[in-house]
Amino acid sequence: MSKFDFPPSIRSRPIWSSLEARKGTAHLMIADAEGAEAILDIATPELMANSHIIHIPKGKSYSEHLSALNPAQLYEGPSYEAALPRIRRVLTDGHMGLQVYLAGTEGLMGQAMQEMMSAGIPHSAIQTEHHGSTARRMQCVHCKGITEDIETDPYQCSHCGLHLFVRDHYSRRLAAYQGVRVDAEDHGNIPEPKGIYE
Amino acid sequence: MTIQFNDESFRGDYTFRNSDWAIQRFPFPFHEDSYMYSVNMEQHRGGPKGSVYEQRFDVDEHYVSEMKDRALVLDQDPLRCQSLPHMTLAGWDLLELIMVSKSEDYPDLFELNRDGNRWRWVNKPLRIDHTFTFLDETTLPYGPMEYITRQAQGDFAILDQRDDMLWMDAGMVTTQADWSLDFDIGMNFFEWHAPVPKAHEMGIFVRALKFLLNIQQGAPARRLNWTMTVNPLLDTSPENYHKWGIQKTELTPENIGRKQHLRVELQTFFRLPRSNALVFPIRCYLCAFEDLMTVPKWGRRLHRVIRDLPDELATYKGFIDNRPLMLDYLSKFDDGLPTSLGIWPDRETEPPLQK
Repeated sequence: MSKFDFPPSIRSRPIWSSLEARKGTAHLMIADAEGAEAILDIATPELMANSHIIHIPKGKSYSEHLSALNPAQLYEGPSYEAALPRIRRVLTDGHMGLQVYLAGTEGLMGQAMQEMMSAGIPHSAIQTEHHGSTARRMQCVHCKGITEDIETDPYQCSHCGLHLFVRDHYSRRLAAYQGVRVDAEDHGNIPEPKGIYE
Repeated sequence: MTIQFNDESFRGDYTFRNSDWAIQRFPFPFHEDSYMYSVNMEQHRGGPKGSVYEQRFDVDEHYVSEMKDRALVLDQDPLRCQSLPHMTLAGWDLLELIMVSKSEDYPDLFELNRDGNRWRWVNKPLRIDHTFTFLDETTLPYGPMEYITRQAQGDFAILDQRDDMLWMDAGMVTTQADWSLDFDIGMNFFEWHAPVPKAHEMGIFVRALKFLLNIQQGAPARRLNWTMTVNPLLDTSPENYHKWGIQKTELTPENIGRKQHLRVELQTFFRLPRSNALVFPIRCYLCAFEDLMTVPKWGRRLHRVIRDLPDELATYKGFIDNRPLMLDYLSKFDDGLPTSLGIWPDRETEPPLQK
């Protein structure tokens, strides 16, 4: 059971849905960790014949299951950053009719969506499905540094060291939620961190 | 009249002051004794002589010092001014709108001479005399939006219009009520307003968007919005909130009249001719409580509005903790008498304080 029901939130917060196989000349599937399960769910031999799967295991390897699908191309990378040059190369070859599928954590889907958007693909044409960790990719509004995989509120900025509260306000352009100094009006009074959805 | 420009600061020693003239024309935002969100739009076609509504882009005694403050903010954080690549034409549209409006509305302060695309712009208060080629960026020291908004009071958001939606795709934002252009750039109308409580459920943004999408060239619109700021700090940005947030805790019964400011935004909306974008100037006016209280009607009304404001709004506007202190102060200026309708001070007709 790796699916999570996100509580209702504000209008800038992304809503993740479920992948479905769409008609297309080529299929680019990018997933991390348990996101592989979303691909396994929709895989058919016809779909896989034109699919390029990029998977970042983050300690949860699905290589056996994914190679058993016989995709046209399968790549397992150690991190999103390591996979990025490859993703960009694939996008330069992308034609009309390329379908994009993103699955896994919010940080992975957000960053891949940002990449797709800068390649000219509208965000509304990209399918997403959340699986696995509910950690967030956070931007410190003060120093602008991004800290990955934040599970608690407040958290400490890995760049400037301020303690920040976790907002639901989300920027697709930055692929990040906003973090704001939690003790700005009472310096040093930092609440005990709790899980974001506790 | 010729404006006497103040030499004043909006940070540090906070020497900002409003003259009697500025207090009289302050855009008091409450037209009745209570406040709730509404789509309070009206046509921006002038207003009473001397009021902030009279001209397309109001210039007042704070102009020169506000522009110095903006330059300081941009030195420290260039991300306060950004324009996505497709918005350059809209920047030229804005430059033209401001130069034409200011030179027509304030001929003693600004001059624009146009010979085809060869333009000469004279800004006397800022001592600028510059000849450039319209639509040729290489002839300006900054992009066109940045160039002209370094010479115009208030923040500017330029909204691209496509798919029946407005997109915040460019802006100059240094006097904001706690929102970040760097974070919000590229968002659509509903997304950048996402953190505002209640108004979505009330249908405010759906109606406002419908109105804004239909704004035509030559028919600008306007509305007022407001919040509270401790000290006359223009740059209440989220970027610097870790520095200025603590100032909210410095209010005392002795200093509140001087330190607590009502912050009012005159928001206007103009359609731009070439790009079909919408420019959204957000002009900030600050007035200390003690100056507002010199107008008996405003004293009575401000007390009632702040007293009856729903907690959710006081929280969103960031003054819920200071509200009891504010009410102690403001209640001294409310004698319970009725107030006249509308925002104007009505000094001649409203009775003086009866206590």
